[in-house]
Amino acid sequence: MTTVTDQTTQMRQEIQVSDAAEDHVHETQHPVFEVIDLNVFYGAFLAVKDANLSIRQHEITAFIGPSGCGKTTMLRCFNRMNDFIETARVEGSIKYHGVDLYDPAVNSTEVRRRIGMVFQKPNPFPKSIYDNVAYGPRLSGIKKKGELDEVVERSLKGAALWDEVKDRLKASGLGLSGGQQQRLCIARAIAVDPEVILMDEPCSALDPIATARIEDLMQEIKSKYTIIIVTHNMQQAARVSDRTAFFTTEVNPDSDRRTGRLVEFDRTKKMFSNPNDERTEQYVTGRFG
Amino acid sequence: MALVSPTVRSSTQEQVRQGLTRRDRNVAGLVLQVLLLLAVLTTLLILFTLVIRLVTPAVPVFRERGFGFLTGTIGSDPDKVGIWPGLYGSFFIGLGIVLIGIPLGIAAAIYLEEYAHDSRLNRFIVVNIRNLAGVPAVIYGVLGLTIFVGWLDPITQGKTVIAAALTLAVLVLPIIIITASEAIRAVPQGLRDAGYGVGASRWEVTRDHVLPYAAPGILTGTVLSLARALGEAAPLILIGAITGLLPRTSLDGAFTALPMTIYSWSSKADVPGSVLGFENVAAAAGVVLLLLVLFFNIIAVVLRNKYEKKRTGT
Repeated sequence: MTTVTDQTTQMRQEIQVSDAAEDHVHETQHPVFEVIDLNVFYGAFLAVKDANLSIRQHEITAFIGPSGCGKTTMLRCFNRMNDFIETARVEGSIKYHGVDLYDPAVNSTEVRRRIGMVFQKPNPFPKSIYDNVAYGPRLSGIKKKGELDEVVERSLKGAALWDEVKDRLKASGLGLSGGQQQRLCIARAIAVDPEVILMDEPCSALDPIATARIEDLMQEIKSKYTIIIVTHNMQQAARVSDRTAFFTTEVNPDSDRRTGRLVEFDRTKKMFSNPNDERTEQYVTGRFG
Repeated sequence: MALVSPTVRSSTQEQVRQGLTRRDRNVAGLVLQVLLLLAVLTTLLILFTLVIRLVTPAVPVFRERGFGFLTGTIGSDPDKVGIWPGLYGSFFIGLGIVLIGIPLGIAAAIYLEEYAHDSRLNRFIVVNIRNLAGVPAVIYGVLGLTIFVGWLDPITQGKTVIAAALTLAVLVLPIIIITASEAIRAVPQGLRDAGYGVGASRWEVTRDHVLPYAAPGILTGTVLSLARALGEAAPLILIGAITGLLPRTSLDGAFTALPMTIYSWSSKADVPGSVLGFENVAAAAGVVLLLLVLFFNIIAVVLRNKYEKKRTGT
């Protein structure tokens, strides 16, 4: 018994939560999203069951959990990307500043202009670096070259990529390294000036140095945006996030597919040092998942 | 203390050498390789024979007649005939496919791939389109005769090049839909996600990302279908292309096309006393048709390479 406890303590020390990140957590911060009794279905299959949580402004919220626990499914509900999966269906509500995102009157395209997304695999358009960033602003009606130049420069600076690419803005975005491509995707996302940025395992295809750059970048931009990040990497959640939601899978009595459940949602420091739920404790200490 | 490098036992060395140098399993592979090569050579031989068979009798025609063969008209004297009415008909058939068949086919493919839900009805439609691609060309002739020559007579003026163009546009439609659908389906989902992620609408994503990415595949399919339609003779026979004298080329009168010209000349007896036989002029018309089809294929390859360079960012 003692050896297991020793191990646990050791692992806790390894997963250190930055105190700087913790300082930003204010309980009074008003919520951007409120998720109320959310159920997500793929056809008849229940992928996420009864999720309730709220996302606060200018915070980084991390979703962690084992594969298939519904964290990515849940993330894609926040900007209605699940609309493109034909069988996907949502019950309950996600309120964005009090407005239900799944209200029939809501235009999902407008939702995605305000709630941007960065994907697991860097996916720049097969266009120039400049056109990658300028694409969103052009859709919003910015046509003047001077104005576009300004947005592109500002966005690339915001994504900490400007110095590396300023001399080759006309070169293809596909010619950049993986880490640069992912920062280009972040620049593309912030170019339309969203309020929220959803990140779906943004560093899983990157090496540790590129990952560190993205993580630093998240800290730099969180004063302007609200960020939700899905990550497989617990250390990453502990390093960058203010709050963490832990999801797990539950066996279904009537099928062999597993339903995702939100187990615990709290301040990151508490989640990694003294979680309320035993399953969270087991996961963050590496004993399962 | 010096490190003593271990020595390899000679029996082990011999065993490993035997294992690494054996080749007995390569025999079957070698036999297969020879068979595959034979298949390629047979194909090449057939192609080579075809070209020789066509070019040899055609050479005297081009030498004797030059451009006169292109601008002359159909007649009974093989020394004086030309393929102008055939070129004229084939040009407008090609134009009809470019203006009607290709846009309609691409539009249908976009709808099926990007907009249609995965319903039973839509799957039924797709299956039917695939079946249509396998329908023999003669059947399309029957269809053209009924619809474009018969029902739509006020527009097509009956057995005209317009009716022929419409019929062949319909003939290539399923092929264009299938190739374009496949090209669109091959567009990575990540590219669509990227567009939607910055707030582009479905149409904006289709126009700005899906179509440019799918362009090489769509282009190849459409140009090849155009080349195929230009070579079709069967449906034209049914809708009444002229094989005899055609004094005047027009959109609203009798018409013919290159494959029809070849078909009619190849079955004609030689005229005594003439330098060239109908066999020669038929072969020469065949060479012109082949060059035309080759020209379209080259265009397809050039365009595809151009778009592919763009999408890989090199």
